[in-house]
Amino acid sequence: MAESLHKQTAVGSSPRQREHFVPKALRGWVLPLGLLLLWWASTTFGWIDSPLLPTLQAVWRKAVGYTASGELRVALGASLWRTLAGFAIGSSVGLLLGGLLGFSRFFERTLGPSFHAFKQISLFAWVPLISVWFGLGDTAKVAFIALAAFFPLVLNTFEGVRSVPFEFLEVARVLKFSRWQLLRKVVFPAASASILTGLHLALIYSWLASLGAEYLLVAGKGIGNTLVDGREHFHMDLVIFGVVVIGLVGFALNTVAALVEKRLLAWRGQSVGKF
Amino acid sequence: MTVQTRSIQKISAPAPDGPVADALPVAARQWPTAWAGRLAGWPFPLLLLLLWVLASRHEWIAPQVLPAPSLVWETLVDLLRSGEIWPHLWISLLRVFVGFLLGAAIGLALGLAMGLSPLFRDYFFPFFKAVNQVPALGWLPMLMLLVGIDEALKFILIAKAALLPVALNTYQGVRSVSTRYIEVAKVFRFTRWQLFAKVIFPAAFAPIWNGVRLGFTHSWLALVVVELLASSEGLGFLIVYGRQLFQLDVVLAAVAVVGIVGFLLDKALAQVETRLSRWRRTGF
Repeated sequence: MAESLHKQTAVGSSPRQREHFVPKALRGWVLPLGLLLLWWASTTFGWIDSPLLPTLQAVWRKAVGYTASGELRVALGASLWRTLAGFAIGSSVGLLLGGLLGFSRFFERTLGPSFHAFKQISLFAWVPLISVWFGLGDTAKVAFIALAAFFPLVLNTFEGVRSVPFEFLEVARVLKFSRWQLLRKVVFPAASASILTGLHLALIYSWLASLGAEYLLVAGKGIGNTLVDGREHFHMDLVIFGVVVIGLVGFALNTVAALVEKRLLAWRGQSVGKF
Repeated sequence: MTVQTRSIQKISAPAPDGPVADALPVAARQWPTAWAGRLAGWPFPLLLLLLWVLASRHEWIAPQVLPAPSLVWETLVDLLRSGEIWPHLWISLLRVFVGFLLGAAIGLALGLAMGLSPLFRDYFFPFFKAVNQVPALGWLPMLMLLVGIDEALKFILIAKAALLPVALNTYQGVRSVSTRYIEVAKVFRFTRWQLFAKVIFPAAFAPIWNGVRLGFTHSWLALVVVELLASSEGLGFLIVYGRQLFQLDVVLAAVAVVGIVGFLLDKALAQVETRLSRWRRTGF
């Protein structure tokens, strides 16, 4: 409906529409640029004089300095490494368990309820326990990130396997597929969209968990530690830069996941949805 | 972001058994009776519990690392009976409700505005998307500098966590209202308000409510984080406190309470959903 409704309203309110002289493609830029300008003006003309609002130039200098000294590379490298390690571990275990629950009613009945009960516990409530069991170092962080990646993958794999149409299985039985063939040629392709959604979600959760782990298990280096340091020393410029970096990494992870999904699902012909 | 919203809904609402069971007669050996199926979920957790009891009795694991289940249970009962936990629970609930209501209200307003006005959407949506690339946790240190670590910080962070899913789902819900409904409304010469109140809002209600539930889940998550990091009361604080004193029984008891309360609140929201969408069923 979206398009047609929009067209209708556009036609219906054409006199009002004409007042807006900003071209459609540029409209998205107005608000952010306006805010930046406001920020620049309020620091330059001294409307706001507070250590909590550094100048744009200060943030830029901080960004350049932090990047040039290699600190950013170390922090970001450590964070990303942990994110990916936790993601790999958590999602492989999640894939296995999700597949198991999906394939077998027996496992669904016996393990499913326990899994759903565990899922209820708020993710970050695990951190103090993990810190007792695994310490404050990389092991604990990776374990926590793996836990974060684990849940979405179990659920989406389960959904995917369960929603394989019955007709597909009938065809496979007629063709006398072996179990392995059934898995490889029928179930896995049919469930792939849901599994990829789970992986995408798990990647985002891993990144979030990686930040959380760095805040809560304050030891070592990482982009989360950069932010914590900035806050403790009242370096607002560093904090703002850190937030921007976090946003960019989140955006990059999202984009890569979406591209991979699109690529891997290209064989299905049409797109899976209008994401 | 759609990916995220869509599949988290799956998380909160596991697939119903019925239709799937019909579709998979090969793998699905029906359990002899309903109660046998229900009981099947018990052996595994009981086995774990047994293992836990044995491990603590024979001291396979140091009690500082994993206290005996009986001790955790006693602590839990003790916390409840002595009334020590109620102020913590109360303050946590207050925080999550204020923050969530704030965030959901703003999210609903933004989502409706973006869904109903293409112009507002053009100006605002890219900025909204950019801001949301940073998870709520990313803003935390900045917020701590700006507003300190008082209640305001908790409200803002929890509100921010609820805002995104509510706004996105509302926006998508409004945009996906079928054109036919709107055509009918045009034929009836509905006013703008009637169009909104009688057509668009009811039609978009299901996705909006999904967003609300998702928003609540996110709020609850944010509550625990912010209490773990910067608080002197609340359920999250209780966890940190137990951890600092190395009283893992307190930690485990508090974790259990967090899980149970979160579960009950989510169930309550699901109940409201069935209540509110009852009119829907009469149509079919």
